[in-house]
Amino acid sequence: MNAQTGAAARELSYAEAIREAMDIALATDERVVLMGEDIGVYGGAFQVTGNLVEKYGTDRVIDTPISELGGAGVAVGAAMTGLRPIFEFQFSDFATLAMEQIVNQAAKVRYMLGGAVSVPVVMRFPAGSGTGAAAQHSQSLEAWFGHVPGLKVVQPATPEDAKGLLLAALDDPDPVMIFEHKILYKMKGMVPEGHYTTPIGKAAVRREGTDLTIVSTSIMMHKALDAAQTLAEEGIDPEVIDLRTVRPMDRDTVLASVRKTGRLICVYEGVKTLGIGAEVSAMVAESDAFDFLDAPIIRLGGAESPIPYNPELEKAVVPQVPDILEAARSLAKGMI
Amino acid sequence: MPDQEASGNSPYAVRTYEPARLIEALRKMHLIRRFEEGAEDSYMRGLIHGTMHLSIGQEASAVAACMSLTDDDKITSTHRGHGHCIAKGADLGRMFAEFFGKETGYCRGRGGSMHIADVDKGNLGANGIVGGGIPIAVGAALSAKRLGTGAVTVCFFGDGANNEGAFHEALNMAAVWTLPVIFVCENNKYGMSTSTERSTAVKNIAERAGAYSMPGETVDGNDFSAVCQAIDAAVKRARDGKGPSLIENLTYRWRGHSKSDRNRYRTKEEISDWQAKDPIVRMSRMLKDHGIIDDAGLAKIERDVAQTIEEAIAFAAGSPSPKIDEATRYVYTDEAAA
Ligand SMILES: Cc1ncc(C[n+]2csc(CCOP(=O)(O)OP(=O)(O)O)c2C)c(N)n1
Ligand SMILES: [Mg+2]
Repeated sequence: MNAQTGAAARELSYAEAIREAMDIALATDERVVLMGEDIGVYGGAFQVTGNLVEKYGTDRVIDTPISELGGAGVAVGAAMTGLRPIFEFQFSDFATLAMEQIVNQAAKVRYMLGGAVSVPVVMRFPAGSGTGAAAQHSQSLEAWFGHVPGLKVVQPATPEDAKGLLLAALDDPDPVMIFEHKILYKMKGMVPEGHYTTPIGKAAVRREGTDLTIVSTSIMMHKALDAAQTLAEEGIDPEVIDLRTVRPMDRDTVLASVRKTGRLICVYEGVKTLGIGAEVSAMVAESDAFDFLDAPIIRLGGAESPIPYNPELEKAVVPQVPDILEAARSLAKGMI
Repeated sequence: MPDQEASGNSPYAVRTYEPARLIEALRKMHLIRRFEEGAEDSYMRGLIHGTMHLSIGQEASAVAACMSLTDDDKITSTHRGHGHCIAKGADLGRMFAEFFGKETGYCRGRGGSMHIADVDKGNLGANGIVGGGIPIAVGAALSAKRLGTGAVTVCFFGDGANNEGAFHEALNMAAVWTLPVIFVCENNKYGMSTSTERSTAVKNIAERAGAYSMPGETVDGNDFSAVCQAIDAAVKRARDGKGPSLIENLTYRWRGHSKSDRNRYRTKEEISDWQAKDPIVRMSRMLKDHGIIDDAGLAKIERDVAQTIEEAIAFAAGSPSPKIDEATRYVYTDEAAA
């Protein structure tokens, strides 16, 4: 049973959970359409839309040409005029071809028109490394989007949140960008049945602890939990926060945790410099939580390089469990 | 058909539209011109900042393209979009207020000339990005088709925009999905300083339609009736579920590209040749020739328009500015999310 909704839960993969959310949306809201490359009979590059086209037909599960800019723009225009499009990028990297429509149009139309119109578009971005797809199919660009007022940016780390955040995004009147980690698509977890939403803008404390705070995003949350288990055996008690939303960021949860633990690690897959960790660190440094810090903040992010092809190199350029362990131990030194 | 008999060889617009509507169309063309002259003047006097792109000389294209549209039909517009906005029925006071950066403006002073919009009348907005509105128009047409509203979308863009990828992607999708959208290229010969000859591989932009299996037609964009005829056929085709069309209106902007233009890429002769093809003069002559209006009627339009402009400017000048502490309002629908 799900504590929040009382609905029965069963095990689903992250991809299945997203598909279930889209299925519910298509079934309950005529305005919802799915758009993207090869999302119909092919089922999507990562089989996220799967067989939805059989159930809802090609008028609602729309295969677009390979036209990211135009396709994203069509979704924006449709959202402005009464539809609720869910636009799938085949890989998040291809958002680079559509930045115009996302950044100049979707994010700004409401403001530029003084609130006369909203753009309730949902865009889904399969992101991240670990598939051997090399530099142009492995990026984590969520911080780019997080830099744009007018967008909301979420990164579900669990199947339950993948479904709940997508349904929340559909309820949201503004553009929501969902960064899904490709490695998580096959990960299983308990997912409540039926309709529920995971609030946008709210982080989740995945493990309570008193000694140090690990703020993590997406797949890094799982690595942080792994590391936390080892650390606990060593007598270090970390608190693990799953940020879930990059914009708007949940300040309260992060600051409360830092006030409690006095130590902060931020771990994320995107390139370290000018990334999510910089924002989290600055948020702490600019607040009263700064006075509670007993040690410098540590950021663990992607290396200053494109994602390499070689599997050993590929692992080396994004934070791994040993990196988190090492950072946590160094912070805990003065503590024990 | 008896009425065709009676009208002999009269132009399409005269055959098709009631005299009152044609007079209203002429009035709108005057409104556009005087509005832009008023904006230019206000700019000189420091009441408007930033820049603006005037469409003086192109009025027939905007007004004729909107003749058979209702308020439910949508348009997407461009940086040179004042004419489109007025043609679609906007209130001039709110337009001037927007240019003056006032809270009573169409965009509450957040958008200015380059983002002028009138969503209630179906104008989804001008655009600061060349080609930015083209995919959005296709999206609006997708909505209309899926929701079965029967509405069509007229998508305005310039000759320069036809070389953006967004144009090609959008036309292809509109054709593949048989969407009710009319692409209206206002070919005024230049994208800033770069002529179509120097930038565009085809002679007529309407030829691009062939690549996307839709009808394409090049018309004299300063001939109100010719534009009406081409657009109305395309609108009918769209309403009948037969898909998109591309219409190219050949026209000319009398003013520079924007406030910074020194007109170094064209000759004075070229400009005066086109001024001799003034669409307002031609429209007035057509209405006079067919007994729809007389000199007194024409003079009355000019007087009425001058007064409307004066009142609109007074409304804008007397309107309040947005509050400084609301500078970040309207970013999100739920304002707590900011
Ligand atoms: C993507 C983009 N590139 C360049 C510009 C700068 N710019 C603004 S208008 C313009 C010319 C556009 O020409 P055209 O489409 O023919 O429209 P016109 O100005 O002639 O009405 C240019 C280059 C821009 N706003 N957006
Ligand atoms: Mg031009």
